[in-house]
Amino acid sequence: MLDLVWLIPALPLAGFLIVLLLGRKLGEPRAGYVATLMTASAFLVTVGVFIDLLSKTAEERSHVHTLFSWIPVGNLKVDLAFLADPLSITMALFVTGIGSLIHLYSIGYMHGDPKFSKFFLYLNLFVFSMLMLVLGENMLVTFLGWEGVGTCSYLLISFWHGRESAATAGKKAFVTNRVGDWGFMVAMFFTFQALGTLSYGPLNEAARNGGIAQSTATMIALMLFVGAVGKSAQLPLYLWLPDAMEGPTPVSALIHAATMVTAGVYLMVRTSPVLAIAAWHWAPWIVAGIGAATALYAALVAVAQNDIKKVLAYSTVSQLGYMFLAVGSGAYVAAIFHMVTHAFFKALLFLGSGSVIHGMNSEQDMRRMGALRKVMPITGFTFIIGWLAIAGVPPFAGFWSKDEILLFAWNKSPILWVVGLVTALLTAYYMTRQVIMVFYGKARWNDHAEENGAHGDVHPHESPVTMLLPLVVLAGLSIVGGAIQLPFSGGTKRLEKWLEPVIETAESPLKTGSEDIKWILAGVAVAIGLIGITAAYMVYSKKKVKAIEPNLLANAWYYDKGVSALMGGPGRKSFDAVAWFDAHIIDGAVNGTGKLVQGVAGIVRKGQSGLVRTYAALIGVGAVVVIAWFVFRGVAQ
Amino acid sequence: MHLAIASPTTTWYLVLAALLFALGAVGVLVRRNPLVMFMCIELMLNAVNLTFVALARKLGDIGGQTTVFFVMVVAAAEVVVGLGIIVSILRRRPSATADDIAELKG
Amino acid sequence: MQLFVFVCAAAMILVGAIGVIVRSHPVHAALSLILTLFGVAVLFVAQDAHFLAAVQVIVYAGAIVVLFLFVIMLLGVDKAEALRIDPVKVQRPLAAIVGLGLFGLVAAAIVRSRDSLVVRGRGIDIASGDTGHDSNIRQLANDLFSNHVFAFEVTSVLLVIAVVGTVLLARRPRSGSASDTSAGSK
Repeated sequence: MLDLVWLIPALPLAGFLIVLLLGRKLGEPRAGYVATLMTASAFLVTVGVFIDLLSKTAEERSHVHTLFSWIPVGNLKVDLAFLADPLSITMALFVTGIGSLIHLYSIGYMHGDPKFSKFFLYLNLFVFSMLMLVLGENMLVTFLGWEGVGTCSYLLISFWHGRESAATAGKKAFVTNRVGDWGFMVAMFFTFQALGTLSYGPLNEAARNGGIAQSTATMIALMLFVGAVGKSAQLPLYLWLPDAMEGPTPVSALIHAATMVTAGVYLMVRTSPVLAIAAWHWAPWIVAGIGAATALYAALVAVAQNDIKKVLAYSTVSQLGYMFLAVGSGAYVAAIFHMVTHAFFKALLFLGSGSVIHGMNSEQDMRRMGALRKVMPITGFTFIIGWLAIAGVPPFAGFWSKDEILLFAWNKSPILWVVGLVTALLTAYYMTRQVIMVFYGKARWNDHAEENGAHGDVHPHESPVTMLLPLVVLAGLSIVGGAIQLPFSGGTKRLEKWLEPVIETAESPLKTGSEDIKWILAGVAVAIGLIGITAAYMVYSKKKVKAIEPNLLANAWYYDKGVSALMGGPGRKSFDAVAWFDAHIIDGAVNGTGKLVQGVAGIVRKGQSGLVRTYAALIGVGAVVVIAWFVFRGVAQ
Repeated sequence: MHLAIASPTTTWYLVLAALLFALGAVGVLVRRNPLVMFMCIELMLNAVNLTFVALARKLGDIGGQTTVFFVMVVAAAEVVVGLGIIVSILRRRPSATADDIAELKG
Repeated sequence: MQLFVFVCAAAMILVGAIGVIVRSHPVHAALSLILTLFGVAVLFVAQDAHFLAAVQVIVYAGAIVVLFLFVIMLLGVDKAEALRIDPVKVQRPLAAIVGLGLFGLVAAAIVRSRDSLVVRGRGIDIASGDTGHDSNIRQLANDLFSNHVFAFEVTSVLLVIAVVGTVLLARRPRSGSASDTSAGSK
């Protein structure tokens, strides 16, 4: 089965091609079923490969399958090859698994949309790109997938491109990602220069054995991190993610919660020896610091958001910050663990919000919702499970993964731990706020209905089965998902054992005494979570305390405006200067050469007088010269 | 008659022919009337003939004279064709000079 | 005696050549050309090329120059040419270079290599009691029709081609276009 690893990305690619060619003929909903089928088949193949890998010993769990030699140019030899090892198969499992669920969901959500088949085309293309990213054996295949997911993100965010805000958001995402991509490319250049290859195997091997100079390794690691910052929406490149909510909700769930944004984390974990072992030891601090700062920053903003999807968007940024905090603290298993559990509950929350939006006829403002639990029971129930998971309430999945991260954060530095803890408090607070505003309290959807431009009364209703089924599955996973890495003893730490061959040398060891403190920290975390929930309950349900939603946070620290001012003002001037340089000096040199040739030709052209006599005279002069040469040659001899 | 001081050697003939050739070349370049230019070309041909005859005598080879024979024949044919061309051009433009036929001007 | 003949002939040649170049009227130039041709004929005789001298006078001076005069008269290009200045300014200096260069270099070459001219053939037969009056013709004919007979045949073909070509070239266009009837049809 391992040899069929190429089938995993091939199936979504086939789905893309089929829907591309036959989409219009297939129509709704068959195009959707085709796409879903392809992704689900890819999931089955992945499970097959997973089982195959399980049957091998830990050392053997790394299989490279080369399709063909892709770029054999001089010293650069890059193959289109797939690497099937625990890390990549873990990623592939939840990409294809959650991907299939979201495909199914989309059939119901996109019902009636005139561009129905096009949506599934893009979705399948996205799954294909994401699988190339995680299964790539070398940086260039990963980069191929990286760019692919960026493109699909652009296509899907601006899916309803008739809306100006959607088109702008798509462009913003693409451009911001590009800045990150620059970092990735620079890292590739450095890698090639240092090692002559772009494959992960040799790279990690060299990092472990001291085959890379420390400064080079630091450069590679930090440049990869720049790429990750762009793709995974960390400070300072996070600003595309909130705007990306313009896209349809399944897109937000798949791309901007579960898969694409985790690509950055995946990249850092894949090259963990470079960051953890070979680079200067202050490099991981940068990663952890940015992760922690982003987590806190975004959590603060989420407290003041009124759009149901924007809350979840900032929440995603915040949770990704947690993952990078884990990477920086040397807790790679915890980062992957949180990635997996986050994928479950964040996708659940997004799909649930999509169900709410669908039922409320595209209303997204939480202030006009309320008491939806009665009208949409299943949506409400699953959403609440997601809420409990993200708030870190045991025994739901989120508690275990977040706790693992906090433990390693404490291990690295108490300050980081405090930041993480405060963020956990805020997470519990804003998610509780959201649940209360949407599902509890008074039904506000018909208040000021005419003012808000609604056409008559709004009648919220439960969503169809195709949309509810994925919600239920994801809710189940959010409940039991923690089981893959329970911290009780060696036997239950399944994920760690599974990922061992990939990250063991990079994983930071816990300081002595941390084992005991672990339970105290866990208790503190649970307590903090409950405090957050209670606080939100007091503010929004009981209304005993006034809500604190300052403008600063509602406008996301005016970050967007700041960036626009910077880019529009001094940024614009420097860009114009560079453009002037290019147009006048570089182009000028090229055009100038042309003009020079033209000028010289113009001068020489005057010699073509058309007069026979002049031509004869010149022939005569030539003859004289030739004779002179013969005569003086004789003289010289 | 007075006694010859020196007898003209082959060299004198050859130098004279060279001078005649040079004069013919200058004439071609300086004159604008097509017919006069043609006449100057005849001068050059005559210089060549003179060279051949002088060398035939010096080297004792009759082949030089045969060559002159052929040169004359071909020169005659050439004059016929050349004058035919000049006639067909000057029939259209009676006052044309060599400078007026400048179609190749770039 | 030889010297005197040479000097006279050379004078005729050079005066005629300069006349061709310098005379502005084409008919005068043609007459100067005849003078040159006669001078060359005299020198042919001095070089024991009697037959060629005769041919020179008959063909060159008698036919070719007459042809020239025919064309001059036919086309009416007997207007004097303005020779004072040359419209193409660069022409005269170039002509000077060409002329001086050719003469100087060739003369230098001749003078330098005069010792390398050695007899290599049978010799030119001179009319005398032994060989007869027509010895030159005989020798020339012998050489022409044995060594160069193929060239001779080809030359005759060339003459035919030249005649046919010229007739074709100088023909008036059949349909008689408007420009043709107005321009010099007389």
